[in-house]
Amino acid sequence: MRAMLKGIAASDGVACGRVYRFVEPTLTVKKRTITNLDYELNRFHQALEAAVSEVETIETRATKSLGADGAQVFSAHRAMLQDPDVIAATETKIKTEHVNAEVAFATVMNDFAQSFLATDNALTKERTSDVHDVVKRVTAHLLGVNLPNLALLKEPVVVVTHDLNPSDTVSAASKYILGFVTDLGGRTSHSSILARSLNIPAVVGTQTGTQTLMDGDSVIVNGSTGSVVTDPDQAELDTAKQAMLDRITNMKRLATLRNHTTTSRDGVGVTLAANMGTASDIPNVLQNGAEAVGLMRTEFLYMDSEQLPTENEQFATYRQVLEKLAPRPVVIRTLDIGGDKPLPYLHQKQEANPFMGARAIRQSLAHQNIFRSQLRALLRASAYGNLRIMFPMIATLDEFRQAKAIYDEERSKLTTARVPLGKIKVGMMVEVPAAAMLADRFAQEVDFMSIGTNDLIGYTMAADRTNQDVSYLYQPYHPAILRLVQRIITAGHTAGIPVAMCGEMAGDPIAVPLLLGMGLDEFSMGAGSILKTRQLISQLNAKDLQGLAESAVNSAGTSQEVITMVQAAVPNVLTQS
Amino acid sequence: MEKREFRVTAETGIHARPATLLVQAASKFNSEVSLQYQDKSVNLKSIMGVMSLGVGQNASITITTDGDDEADAMNAVAETLKKEGLSD
Repeated sequence: MRAMLKGIAASDGVACGRVYRFVEPTLTVKKRTITNLDYELNRFHQALEAAVSEVETIETRATKSLGADGAQVFSAHRAMLQDPDVIAATETKIKTEHVNAEVAFATVMNDFAQSFLATDNALTKERTSDVHDVVKRVTAHLLGVNLPNLALLKEPVVVVTHDLNPSDTVSAASKYILGFVTDLGGRTSHSSILARSLNIPAVVGTQTGTQTLMDGDSVIVNGSTGSVVTDPDQAELDTAKQAMLDRITNMKRLATLRNHTTTSRDGVGVTLAANMGTASDIPNVLQNGAEAVGLMRTEFLYMDSEQLPTENEQFATYRQVLEKLAPRPVVIRTLDIGGDKPLPYLHQKQEANPFMGARAIRQSLAHQNIFRSQLRALLRASAYGNLRIMFPMIATLDEFRQAKAIYDEERSKLTTARVPLGKIKVGMMVEVPAAAMLADRFAQEVDFMSIGTNDLIGYTMAADRTNQDVSYLYQPYHPAILRLVQRIITAGHTAGIPVAMCGEMAGDPIAVPLLLGMGLDEFSMGAGSILKTRQLISQLNAKDLQGLAESAVNSAGTSQEVITMVQAAVPNVLTQS
Repeated sequence: MEKREFRVTAETGIHARPATLLVQAASKFNSEVSLQYQDKSVNLKSIMGVMSLGVGQNASITITTDGDDEADAMNAVAETLKKEGLSD
């Protein structure tokens, strides 16, 4: 049936293709009495075989994108599926109790899960979730229900899902993903940032996408307008296909800028850097011609796992990133969890207001063992590249000093132990308005500052960007935000340190002329925006834009006034990009 | 039949990752391979069995191999324990 869905335009471009629903199905199991035992045993073995081959595929893909350590969980799943004792016990149950394979297998596995919980080993207890995953996979095969997994994609599709999680290994499957449609999220949610960094058209926040769109439906996703059309006619398909081709041509043209530095028309040089979420983003960062990494998040190391990552695991990841990206500077942000991104195994307290709670550096200073192990891993990895360490959510000088003192302690311990270390800069993320106001004092103590606009805007406007009722207040060009940004840049330059921006705003075509005029040194964005921004900056006159920035900062009263000013100052440029 | 005792040195004990590797090592042999901890003995080719013991740091475990390739099986298991930093 023909339908039109409206959502939020999250990542530019048009995609047409078939729907792949990435939605967890409900598996309903009924207990049955079995009369044909051989048939049931045969069903059981077929389901196991299918599950093993599926897990092997996922394991191979995961090894490629995450390395052997990242894929380890899938070898454990495979071992569970091939466990001779489990198979024997399930067969016995089917034969003696005449129950169906779904019930027999689940009972055997759950009994083991119970014994995991009865042990004193915390890591073993946590693995009951793997037991449930394995049971789910086998049950799905027995019921003939498809358990979707992006790692199993074999042909290009449009992925339809509730929302993407950082733990969904999307990057590894990206060549099979034509576009995204999600029920939840806004322009700055994880799904959108990811889609833009991979240059995949996306429409998010459609509310009903997963209910309306079925596997195999033909759809056109327009990530520039935020619309999804199902069952398009031939004319619509032709237009969409042409748009896809045009986009590919345009991307090829932009690709010629890959190895260029970034310079404005009047010769002012700036650095264009990439934001990264996981080590698997490295190829994407390089392909898009990033001159640096302005923000590498480290949450994935903690969130993709069921236990704290060891120092060595972290070291291996940081080393890999630094080595592969050398000689580019790589800013690695220490753990930014808590509140909206809780870690189940830390048993954090429920907070009434997590965005203002014990997150990021506050969490690190309160749980120093976790922080110190991360710092040691970073320090040891520094010998392999150009490392910069950044502390998130700094609100006070005391917090920075305390974090820096812990860093200095770990550093001198390693130096005493003669561990080779590289040259490291230590800086802060400016995202709390208090720190922005006091940027001049911070600038005297830090090696660099990086403006985290997503949170700075959220905290300044007192609005949660993921709450659709107030997301209109998320206004990057609001003069209040521009004043804070200008203040931070000026403070940095007065103290002689560089100032970067690592929020979404840094790659926004309206914000870029303003930021260039304000004198921002480094623009760090989703890798997918780098080449477009490089082209845009090459057409701008930085000196002329100083006046624009001054008026926007000093005399504009609303976001709309700022937009109008920018459009008047650089009309031709903005319509082209 | 071969029998050897080990002391688990790893801080995290025998959780999923080492259990997977031990099971993979043991499964390569025809011999029966078992792991005894406290009063329980499990098949070392069964990951669920191994994990259900929840072997922690400083535990004393006994590995038994029995069959035509029991010496090789014992060596492979001992080597895995050592390589994974589970035992001295």
